[in-house]
Amino acid sequence: MNRFFDIPSDLQHDWIGLVGLHLREALLPVLGGLLLALPIAQLCVRLRWLYPPVLWVTTVLYAIPSLAFFVVLIDYTGQTELTVMIPLTVYTLVVLVPAIVDGVRSVPQETLAAATAMGFGPVRRYVQVQLPIATPAIVAGLRVATVSSISLVSVGMLIGNQGALGNLLHDAQIYNRPELAWNSVLTTAALAVLVDALLVGVRVLLTPWMPSGSGATRTRKEATAR
Amino acid sequence: MRISGLTGQAQRAGIEARHTPAARLKHNRSRLSPQQSELGWSRAGGNGQTRRVFGVLIRIDSVTKRYPDGTVAVDRLSLEIPDRAITVLVGPSGCGKTTTLRMINRMVEPSEGTIWIDGQDSRRQPVNTLRRSMGYVIQNAGLFQHRTIVDNIATVPRLLGWSKDRARSRARELMERVGLDASLARRYPYQLSGGQQQRVGVARALAADPPVLLMDEPFSAVDPVVRKGLQDELLRIQDELGKTIVFVTHDIDEAVKLGTMVAVLRTGGRLAQYAPPADLLSNPADAFVEDFLGADRGIRRLSFFSAAGLDLLTAPIVAVDATAEQIARAAQGAPYLLVTGIDGKPLGWSEPGALTAGSVDTGRLLSYGRPFVAGEDSLRSALDCAVLSPAGWAVAVDGEGRATGVISQTAIAEAIRGAHEAAPGVGGTTGAGEPKALR
Repeated sequence: MNRFFDIPSDLQHDWIGLVGLHLREALLPVLGGLLLALPIAQLCVRLRWLYPPVLWVTTVLYAIPSLAFFVVLIDYTGQTELTVMIPLTVYTLVVLVPAIVDGVRSVPQETLAAATAMGFGPVRRYVQVQLPIATPAIVAGLRVATVSSISLVSVGMLIGNQGALGNLLHDAQIYNRPELAWNSVLTTAALAVLVDALLVGVRVLLTPWMPSGSGATRTRKEATAR
Repeated sequence: MRISGLTGQAQRAGIEARHTPAARLKHNRSRLSPQQSELGWSRAGGNGQTRRVFGVLIRIDSVTKRYPDGTVAVDRLSLEIPDRAITVLVGPSGCGKTTTLRMINRMVEPSEGTIWIDGQDSRRQPVNTLRRSMGYVIQNAGLFQHRTIVDNIATVPRLLGWSKDRARSRARELMERVGLDASLARRYPYQLSGGQQQRVGVARALAADPPVLLMDEPFSAVDPVVRKGLQDELLRIQDELGKTIVFVTHDIDEAVKLGTMVAVLRTGGRLAQYAPPADLLSNPADAFVEDFLGADRGIRRLSFFSAAGLDLLTAPIVAVDATAEQIARAAQGAPYLLVTGIDGKPLGWSEPGALTAGSVDTGRLLSYGRPFVAGEDSLRSALDCAVLSPAGWAVAVDGEGRATGVISQTAIAEAIRGAHEAAPGVGGTTGAGEPKALR
């Protein structure tokens, strides 16, 4: 068991350090992807014709193997974390753009008409009405993007020491220490589950207005009984 | 297509009479009686100085809405919407009523024509300023599901730059006005019933105290009982606040109940008739309007005549402990006697021969149906009571439910004939310009 967390020195981090690195390399792309996806999605909502081509582009980008990205990027950004995070950012778009577009589009017509009639301008309406109501859909997209990103970070080992927990797989091979592979797989899975649970918590905190479970049914009954 | 003539009538009849007791009566859901409304007009206009309490607030001036594909939603529509009254736009689907409503707050821009708000071209002011001066209520309420009830109501005051505290205290004040329990303030829309949500919608529209309220089929998605409650509540609120309300519905009953003026639109966005509801029922402009009003418009029109003037008989009423002599006296000429309790409340009908002096067996009395309140209800209610009563006689009661008299179907029918003579045109035969008693 001691050998389980005994990380070879060529990785330049202890286990905790690898976990931190892994999270940074996985979560920064999701954040970057969200920042990119919000304006893109808003454009797709406003200009309906733009949505199908945008979807097509994000899907094609998703289909490009990360190795191909690395080959191109390594000339510009070298063997750095950035080279790993750029393709990961691009990959999140395939989930985030449709999540935001569908979320924003699912806002009921009456709500939009009421907002317009009350004198909301387009920007205020987007920020104060459409985005908040789309929050559950956006968080659902973020969950998929985050989990996928956490597992994809491992490919960073292809350009040297940038795969974080993924590099343990490589070391398991060269040092013939299978427990390192177990460590990599189990830690990555645990991280994914934890971050996903955290996002669910964030969603619950952000959307106290969503009906959920038996509590909501009870209050609704109380309300009707009045 | 200008209809200023009709609007003139509206001003004389409905609008200026709004402050008279008769008009109040109407807005308390009982209908204007001929006498009362005439009194109202003579007070307003008969002494030579026409008191223009209310004018025209919104003037729709030959407005057309044509979509790029060539569809015409509204066709050269002209309407003068009176100040501080409820104007109902009614018509079948596709008649352009919602489009018309949305052109008033410029959610839809007219292709031709102008809409004047308080004498000013509506395009003159910034669109959001215009919209914030008009409350808007929509079907299914259209509440912000992510905001609490109190914050939903506080929306427009917040947009206008009020402080959070002031906007919220205003919102709580409005919750009370529309009949919402204060404990609902911190709830979210999903926790409320449909009717409660619609009340929130009305409160939200009223929050910044706008002079104009636009209502787009606000009550059509709730069940009939709740709808009736909301309609009554709207009339009550309108009585207190006196807003200029433009109300869109496809339900002619709702239009007749709520409207001071009713505009009937036909498919293709053309105006079929613009008149006060009583006029509409007595004098439909054409076959389309007549058809739209439905088969029982004659009966429905009776809602506009008060039952106050009916000749009630008190002779055929006996108390439950009446003596044989009292029963015999009451029975003269009356086929049925109404038995009342010691408290004066009606118990039921009986043939005189079946009554035992001193103690009547209340179990053997015939049901008296539903009584009407003579001072408040209409001839329609009175007739309905008579039709429902097994004896064929209607029972009138006072506010406390004590029997004040009885009347036969025949006598009610005579009263109806009399009312129609006083207000000609029920048959649709009156020529234009002839004076009408009821508007």
